[in-house]
Amino acid sequence: MYPYLTARRSILLAGTIAGLLIAAPLSAQQPPTAAAPPAAAPAAPALPPGSPLIGRPEGNEAAAKLAPVAPPPLPATPDKLPTAQLKLPPGFHIEVYASGIANARSMRLGTKGTLFVGTRFGNKVTAVVKKDGKAEIKTVAEGLYRPNGLAFKDGTLYIAELSQISKIENVEDKLDKPQKPTVIYTDLPKDEAHGWKFIAIGPDNKLYLEVGQPGNNVLHDKDHGQIRRINLDGSGAEVVAFGVRHSVGFDWNPVNKQLYFSDNGRDWLSEDAPEDKLNRVSKLGEDFGAPYCYQGNIPDPEFGWGHSCSEFTPPVALTGPHSAGLGLRFYTGNMFPKKYKNAIFLARHGSWNRTKKFGGDVVAIMLNKDGTVKSIEPFLTGFLVNNNYIGRPVDVEQMPDGSLLLSDDWNGAIYRITYGKLPKVAGAQ
Amino acid sequence: MSSIMSIRAVTYFVILAIFLLADTQRPHAKTFNERASVCLGCHGEKGQSNTPETPSLGGQTAPYLLIQLYLFREKQRVSETMNDIGFSDDDLRLFSDNLSKLPPPLPPSSAPDAARMTSGGVLITKHRCNNCHNLDLSGRDNVPRIANQREDYLLKTLREYKNNTRHGYDGMMAEVLAPITEAQIVDLAYVIARFR
Repeated sequence: MYPYLTARRSILLAGTIAGLLIAAPLSAQQPPTAAAPPAAAPAAPALPPGSPLIGRPEGNEAAAKLAPVAPPPLPATPDKLPTAQLKLPPGFHIEVYASGIANARSMRLGTKGTLFVGTRFGNKVTAVVKKDGKAEIKTVAEGLYRPNGLAFKDGTLYIAELSQISKIENVEDKLDKPQKPTVIYTDLPKDEAHGWKFIAIGPDNKLYLEVGQPGNNVLHDKDHGQIRRINLDGSGAEVVAFGVRHSVGFDWNPVNKQLYFSDNGRDWLSEDAPEDKLNRVSKLGEDFGAPYCYQGNIPDPEFGWGHSCSEFTPPVALTGPHSAGLGLRFYTGNMFPKKYKNAIFLARHGSWNRTKKFGGDVVAIMLNKDGTVKSIEPFLTGFLVNNNYIGRPVDVEQMPDGSLLLSDDWNGAIYRITYGKLPKVAGAQ
Repeated sequence: MSSIMSIRAVTYFVILAIFLLADTQRPHAKTFNERASVCLGCHGEKGQSNTPETPSLGGQTAPYLLIQLYLFREKQRVSETMNDIGFSDDDLRLFSDNLSKLPPPLPPSSAPDAARMTSGGVLITKHRCNNCHNLDLSGRDNVPRIANQREDYLLKTLREYKNNTRHGYDGMMAEVLAPITEAQIVDLAYVIARFR
């Protein structure tokens, strides 16, 4: 009976809205449509695997207002960047490092000081070169498809597009014109849902990549829902972690060399659950639960039957409902106060599947000696104003001097966070 | 009576004069209208396109127009005519903001086939088009208005999403179209074009 009721309700509502807001004459012509919903409306939820609307409750007006929030395609001009509204703990400062980089996402620093920036909605990998304090923006490669993931090792930049990984050797010597990357790995599905990638090179000198679940909540095949690693020539692929819904950030603990990764929980279960996770891989091939168990203790109402959450590795921390924890790095620098040494900075992109938005900030995650989580503290806040985003954090990257870079794909900008007395040049404010 | 009339007449002329004066002092607005005439030649002067496979722009959301103009400029969406627009960022904003103010297109005046409207309406609900596109299919933010769009353009677009030749911005529509058959695409285009 539900489909009938909701269809009818939808159309009635549509008529009301149309009548009230726009077109009184049109609503007079309503009858043919209003009579439309038949009692025999098919009951099967027909959303495709991959749609984030799977599981969206019918006939709920609050839920009907929730849809993924797409960022503006054009980067904000420098005068529109929100640095003045952002808040940090005492003694920290934030400045614009570079602007005008449309949909700036993952970041990697080269050994010669070049900052490489990937994107999800654009088709370029960008380089930021600082010259006399000014940021020069260069195109490293173009015509790519969702080049979100970047890694850098021994002069070579690795680029992860939606379904292939390629490299540019000696990239920092070739910034004068766009390069054609050499493809090293193509054994990847082509799904759009959770298909954009985060990559990183581990202490074992292998390239780690994630293949997300191809949808909000789906029973995935053996090629999805996992973190893999490959050799730097693309050979020797093996699965490192199973049951991963979608991770867009990972890094290795400098103390115990274990891999920590952020993982986004499913949508439409409820406003407050499940929370996103911080996971730790203690041994090769552990299963982290998706889609059977979320946040370590919630069996999925659809797929959890016949399973127990105890079958899966629980998270080391919960990082907030729908908060979209993405890029993370262990902080190993000396600029920030000692308490941040070996802590994790996690960029939370912020929720869409929640009435009161949550996240849109950077948190500091403090660890115990055994690698478990001691506490999660707010670090950078202020991107969320009146339940709207004025910026959305994506990735963090540590500079050699210990300052921290942050990318913002809403504004197409990179910020730099420093601690201590401001150098004398920063007299603008 | 006559004095009231004359006051009204004077008021009218004063207002008219202000408008005319304001218009001559706004070369930018004038420039936009001149430049936009090229767009509206194909897309329709009053927001309603009479050109085959060319969308009506009336009532379209500004954020959606901005995204599409951007994708055309960056050649991430392919169309010979549209890829050559040569717009600056400011142009993109100017055109998307102003074109969004055109009046929404109207459904065809001829009476629709009631049975097809019924089956198409079922598909809209079943595939939850109206969750993001709004219950009246008027769109919001980055999600376009689709109500009363040209039927041939809807057909073309849905088929392009289905066969992955149009990627969209965030890839959402490729996923939505995955389980939808060609026959259902035809039904959806029919009802969306005639939506009331």
